[in-house]
Amino acid sequence: MGKVNIVAAINQALSQEMERDGDVVLLGEDVGRDGGVFRVTEGLLSKFGPDRVIDTPLSELGIIGAAIGMAAYGLKPVAEIQFMGFIYAGLEQVFSHASRIRSRSRGRYSVPMVIRTPYGIGIKPPELHSESSEALFCHMPGVKVVVPSTPYNAKGLLVSAIRDPDTVIFLEASRLYRSIKADVPDELYSIPLGKADIYQEGKDFTVVSWGTMLHRAAEAAEDFDCEIIDLMTLRPFDEEAVLNSVKKTGRLVIVHEAPRVGGFGAEIAAFAAEEAIGYLKAPVLRVAGPDAVIPMARLEDHYMPSRDRIRKAYETVMSY
Amino acid sequence: MSIARLAAAFNCFLTHNILADRLRYMPIQTIEKFEVKFLQIINEKGEADGSLVSSFTDSDLKKFFETMILARTFNQRALSLQREGRIGTYASILGQEASQIGSALAFGGEDWLFPSFRESGVLIARGYPMWMLYRYWAGDERGMKAPPGVNIFPMSVPVGTHVPHATGAAWAMKLKGHKKAAGVYFGDGGSSKGDFHEGLNFAGVFKVPAVFLCQNNQWAISVPRKRQTAAGTIAQKAYAYGFEGVQVDGNDITAVYRATKDAVDKAKRGEGPTLIECFTYRLDDHTTSDDASRYRSKEEVEEWKGKEPLIRLRLYMEKKGVWTKDYEDAIAKKALESVDAEIKKAEGFTPPDPADIIRYTYAEPTPRQKRELKEFGWEK
Ligand SMILES: Cc1ncc(C[n+]2csc(CCOP(=O)(O)OP(=O)(O)O)c2C)c(N)n1
Ligand SMILES: [Mg+2]
Repeated sequence: MGKVNIVAAINQALSQEMERDGDVVLLGEDVGRDGGVFRVTEGLLSKFGPDRVIDTPLSELGIIGAAIGMAAYGLKPVAEIQFMGFIYAGLEQVFSHASRIRSRSRGRYSVPMVIRTPYGIGIKPPELHSESSEALFCHMPGVKVVVPSTPYNAKGLLVSAIRDPDTVIFLEASRLYRSIKADVPDELYSIPLGKADIYQEGKDFTVVSWGTMLHRAAEAAEDFDCEIIDLMTLRPFDEEAVLNSVKKTGRLVIVHEAPRVGGFGAEIAAFAAEEAIGYLKAPVLRVAGPDAVIPMARLEDHYMPSRDRIRKAYETVMSY
Repeated sequence: MSIARLAAAFNCFLTHNILADRLRYMPIQTIEKFEVKFLQIINEKGEADGSLVSSFTDSDLKKFFETMILARTFNQRALSLQREGRIGTYASILGQEASQIGSALAFGGEDWLFPSFRESGVLIARGYPMWMLYRYWAGDERGMKAPPGVNIFPMSVPVGTHVPHATGAAWAMKLKGHKKAAGVYFGDGGSSKGDFHEGLNFAGVFKVPAVFLCQNNQWAISVPRKRQTAAGTIAQKAYAYGFEGVQVDGNDITAVYRATKDAVDKAKRGEGPTLIECFTYRLDDHTTSDDASRYRSKEEVEEWKGKEPLIRLRLYMEKKGVWTKDYEDAIAKKALESVDAEIKKAEGFTPPDPADIIRYTYAEPTPRQKRELKEFGWEK
């Protein structure tokens, strides 16, 4: 057990899973010699060699498309897309193929791969390096979407994602990469996909969040007695955990960084309305980014749901 | 300009010595060259290149002929089933039998093939059950579940987007040390997609055992081949990715077979990928929902009808004494019988289970899907 950040936790997961399973290969831009632009794959090239840690051409569609063929043939590729904003070129491969080859072939072929990519605001970069487009993938049957929030769950969830028989989109909050250090067991462990974590127990209202925003939602909850659910897996999300909590508290606030309209919060709000309307004492509120293009550094603090905006939502639901 | 700067400029002129440069000779050099080969073994008149054709035995020729007859029979019956409303939209392979069957037969059973939607001939040549293909075209997705041992990926409907999958599978074969190859089929239209570029580029960089088979049938629905690329051939694109491209007469099954077999053998020797452009022609409408007379002339179609693959093989085999009218009648009858039996099997098959809509989304249904299976009444 040692205190490590998320970068190191993911590195451990990759390294240990690659030791355990010779079919796991990494591919992506700069993942080899450079160890990835965030150094997540540092040291893996020298440990596993260029056949398993592969620097590819600059080619997002090619990375995902080739990984599909590798996975169908029997490898377990972990593809890295350098930033979420660049995954758009490869969406066709995810949407038209990875998500539906099992179905198209009625189970004869499948695509057990992981696509890792940093998401969200956090590093003051150029345009398109701060995207939060998880909802795109959450709308796509056939893929799973996972967003870790701590070093502990990052390691355990990635191990499960690699072992999962279907395609998993694994979104790593760039803002959290090095900002949290926590105890992570040295040995290999896994955390099941599709199960949420009750980050904090409470009774007055339920907060559902993931990734970066989980921490802000928790900080904003200082003097409230609320239950905070870290969703961790967005698709399929843990309906039972959300439902049980909402039934208990009667109030629900969803906090996410992505733009509000069509964001994944809408799905959770609709779910609560369908399944727990009789328990609700207040309207379901979403605290989310505005309905706008995610801005560059100088405006990003205005964009991101702030502590104040989150607290206001907490106060509003409590006023009912 | 100050005097000092003028002096400095003059000084610079002297040290760089433009006069000396004038006398120096540095010719522009050619640093890369490529040539595109065209392979034809039997021409449209049934005349053959003696040395190239000699590698084919009579039984090879019969196998080619009989498989093409079978595929053509399958195709004709599919078109009539569509007109009778017994299957849905169908993409005819008429005229492309040699490109499809010649190439498919050059792969081994251990190799993996990635077809597009117009590859019935490829699948039939590889022993894919025809009744399943009829099921598929009738809208029953169970028809795309390749039987065990038939290493054919489901047909790709999004044009050209499956090219990188073959690259990836071939790459996995290489990394696992398996002596196999992956082959992928796509059209002249498909060669314009970014997926084609990224798939071939990766294949070149990682030298994977892949064979890229472009079925250049001159049309992408109504768009002619010249509108897909200003390049003279599609084959030459391979050179930009660092490997060999060749154009073959796609209506000459012996040439298609030879080129593909060479590419497969080369791939298995670890010498990397090949692009093969099969120069052929789509004799029918794009699909049963299309009317090609809107965009191409009768004359053009008539001209290509004379070049279609069965005519020349028949002529050549006749010359060799391998073909007789009785022989063809007998195999045509046999083909029709087996196709009819397959149609009967297809149409007698149980209707698909609605639970299949959900069942194959993930390895395990999600809790939500389990509820939906009950809510929709699809599972007790
Ligand atoms: C990505 C994509 N774009 C458009 C279509 C619609 N479409 C189906 S076939 C076709 C033409 C394909 O031409 P080509 O690649 O030459 O193959 P061919 O039909 O001639 O076999 C088009 C435009 C499609 N299926 N996929
Ligand atoms: Mg075409």
